Amino acid sequence: MPETFATTSGFAEVRLAQPSRFGDHFFHWLALGMGLSVGLLIIVVGVTLWRGAAPAVHRFGPQFLTSSTWDPVQEVFGALPFIYGTLVSSLIGLVIAVPLSIGSAVFLTELAPVRVRQPIVSVIEMLAAVPSVIFGLWGIFVLVPWLRVHVFPVLQHWFGFLPLFQGPNYGVSMLSAGIIIAIMILPIITSVSREILRSVPDLQREAAYGLGATRWEVTRIAVLSYAKRGLFGAVVLGLGRALGETMAVTMLIGNRPEISASLLAPGYTLASVIANEFSEATTDLYLSALFEIGLVLFGVTILTNILAQLLIASTAGPKTSRAVQ
Amino acid sequence: MTGNIQSPYQAWRKLKDKTMSALALACAVLVVAPLALILFYLLKEGASSVDWHFFTRLPKPVGEVGGGMANAIVGTLTLLGLASLIGVPVGVLGGVYLSEYGGERVNWWIRFGADVLNGVPSIVWGIVAYALVVVPMKGFSAYAGGVALGFMMIPLIIRTTEEVLLLVPNGYREAALALGISRWKIVVRIVMKTALRGIVTGILLAAARIAGETAPLLFTAFGNRFWTHHLKDPIAALPLQIFAYAISPYDDWHRQAWAGALVLIMIIFFINIGVRALTRGRFAGATR
Amino acid sequence: MNVNPTATQPERETQPPVTEKTRRPVTTVFATPARRERPSRGTPSSEVAFEVDNLCCWFGQHQAVYDLNLRLPAKAVTAIIGPSGCGKSTFLRSLNRMHELVRGSRLTGRIRLFGEDIYGPRVDPTLVRRRVGMVFQKSNPFPTMTVAENVTVGLRLNGVRGRAVLEKGMERALQMAALWDEVKDHLDRPGTSLSGGQQQRLCIARALAVQPEVILMDEPASALDPIATTKIEELIQELKEDYTIVIVTHNMQQAARCSDYTAFFYMGRLIEYDRTEKVFTNPSNKQTEDYVTGRFG
Repeated sequence: MPETFATTSGFAEVRLAQPSRFGDHFFHWLALGMGLSVGLLIIVVGVTLWRGAAPAVHRFGPQFLTSSTWDPVQEVFGALPFIYGTLVSSLIGLVIAVPLSIGSAVFLTELAPVRVRQPIVSVIEMLAAVPSVIFGLWGIFVLVPWLRVHVFPVLQHWFGFLPLFQGPNYGVSMLSAGIIIAIMILPIITSVSREILRSVPDLQREAAYGLGATRWEVTRIAVLSYAKRGLFGAVVLGLGRALGETMAVTMLIGNRPEISASLLAPGYTLASVIANEFSEATTDLYLSALFEIGLVLFGVTILTNILAQLLIASTAGPKTSRAVQ
Repeated sequence: MTGNIQSPYQAWRKLKDKTMSALALACAVLVVAPLALILFYLLKEGASSVDWHFFTRLPKPVGEVGGGMANAIVGTLTLLGLASLIGVPVGVLGGVYLSEYGGERVNWWIRFGADVLNGVPSIVWGIVAYALVVVPMKGFSAYAGGVALGFMMIPLIIRTTEEVLLLVPNGYREAALALGISRWKIVVRIVMKTALRGIVTGILLAAARIAGETAPLLFTAFGNRFWTHHLKDPIAALPLQIFAYAISPYDDWHRQAWAGALVLIMIIFFINIGVRALTRGRFAGATR
Repeated sequence: MNVNPTATQPERETQPPVTEKTRRPVTTVFATPARRERPSRGTPSSEVAFEVDNLCCWFGQHQAVYDLNLRLPAKAVTAIIGPSGCGKSTFLRSLNRMHELVRGSRLTGRIRLFGEDIYGPRVDPTLVRRRVGMVFQKSNPFPTMTVAENVTVGLRLNGVRGRAVLEKGMERALQMAALWDEVKDHLDRPGTSLSGGQQQRLCIARALAVQPEVILMDEPASALDPIATTKIEELIQELKEDYTIVIVTHNMQQAARCSDYTAFFYMGRLIEYDRTEKVFTNPSNKQTEDYVTGRFG
């Protein structure tokens, strides 16, 4: 080795700075503060909603949730039509979306050739990226006219004896809103279900194959029953999403605060009434009633989401439940 | 051995198997179909209207034909900028805490909180921003819209930042510690620097998400037919404009709504695909 | 066991009690490596770099090091050998206060670096780590930095400014790591573009740049090919003229080649510690003999 060692004395003047105690502490606390802001934000949301809703809560009490009168002029507010509309439209959405989503998830994890999987997954991710208002736009001008002309008459013809399909056919209706909700929650249920199914250990499948089961039987016995709870969680997650959908629903549901047995009748949801009437609310009580609706929506969606997370984690473990956001 | 393998029961099982496979395939097709239909109609109805005028003109008064959405496009960008001022620092530093400092219990609660926030319907954020900003300021404003969107960005960015930081190998942290470098400098100048591309990716994806949000803006940013000169005034946004035009009775406005929707979806897809290209390149590099 | 290889050093049985008068302010005690008077090259130092007394290390409930007493000589190479899981890396990391970074870890006993207790109540671990550098098994040059930036990162992030100073420090460190000639025309390349052996020497240069007094090496050559390994071993021989080196290795031949003193660990305890020739040719302990002759481990 060449004699190139520099003498150390030439470096006597280099002084390393004192380690920044202050910098360490400050940054730690700053980061902690930002992390805890999450909790702060939840509190802010809850408190804001509560304070805004307080006058209406005071005035109407529990009747708010059971009365179906929504009369801004007389200042009588009851949220039942909206609760009904939210539940029914979400339910329709689930009924349509769940079989399709889980079926697709099964297809993508168990049955599809590998080359086909990624493109389909990409398409589903793109669908998830489409904003609600664009679904609504397409819904108003493409879906609803088509339903009104080609589908609803057929339903009325064959199933008109059921109160579900009676009454005038406007196009904008609970059913239309339900269908658009279904399209919007397809991606989330599919991708979460995929994650759940992927987390089923191969051991389960191999055991079933070893017993001579067909592909479908393996899926049914080894995979689906193992993943039952997680899949149910995926469904509940989709429900949570459906409950909060605003724009597309507002554009397709007809916005009539009445409870009707027919799915072809217009309806109204919690989110829609806020979207339509919040900026027009003329009196303080009116606004407060809308705040209360927001509070109800907030509470319901939080509970649904918590339930969904618990179910997903119970099948797949905490790592997967983190991946499914 | 129960005898002939091709018994009727076996044939039935095979049929069930094939049917189920076909059904599953059908499901996948049905899931993919809506996107195709939506894109098709967006292009069909909107492509012809997306022209230079669309990007540079202001909306015309009610009933008049023509005009564009220049102010809405700029408004969306403005709102994204404002939202990022809130969402990015809080989200990134929150993610840093989870990855670099947090303890197990605290982290669990923070993540739980972020999940809860993610599930809050976007219109509720609008209500909150209304109460926090619009009421004190006695009017709709870009600030209010920015606050609503910014709050929505926080849980998204916390999550992506944490994931990306956890991917940084521990060896780098150890090497830096062994050099006697202060903790915070390690986190900022080494760990975050290594994960920078992923952090930016997460921010862009969050921005793409909230760029399409309408509900939180309905009574915060409120919309504006003209250019907004002060952030304390109401401001137009692309999704708001699309909504307003779509529910209007005017055909010309419907046409413009389609155009606006096409532009919006292009922006969102562009960001998403661009981000995917960025991350793919990164992984290719990491295998050296 | 209490073995002191530097027989000329009188054994200190007691430590004077730390009172207000005797406790020196931390900032001057652990100030930047002021140049101590170093003996000219080639003279074996009679100083003791580390005095380890009754060291015990835990990971949660699991104890990894049991009651360790050891004196590590300055300006010499000490090798720590033993089968996997015997506590050698744990012990190594207690010397530069890296052990405590593991969640749930615990440590009792005392370690003195050139006479100063590195676990004293007011001691800043960051300052300890500037005096005791470390090179890891898997070379880890920072991926977002060039070769030059990697070498100077310890200086820059510790507050040193001034291009001339940084460049001088970088060249000096790379020379001492026997890497200068190979990279002097490629200083702007990413640190990760070098070969495995070069990367490890880059990490050594990086550690040298902050002018530590001790360099700890945790199996530095185990991921390298034989030629690169040889280069590292030659480098160690040169470095020991100015630095104290403690190297953990599972490769006995390497320990025999490189080191002046060898400590044999087994199941968290120090079994034998002596000059390398003695440990490998005429060990005092049967377990040591079994290990070095390959009968187990």
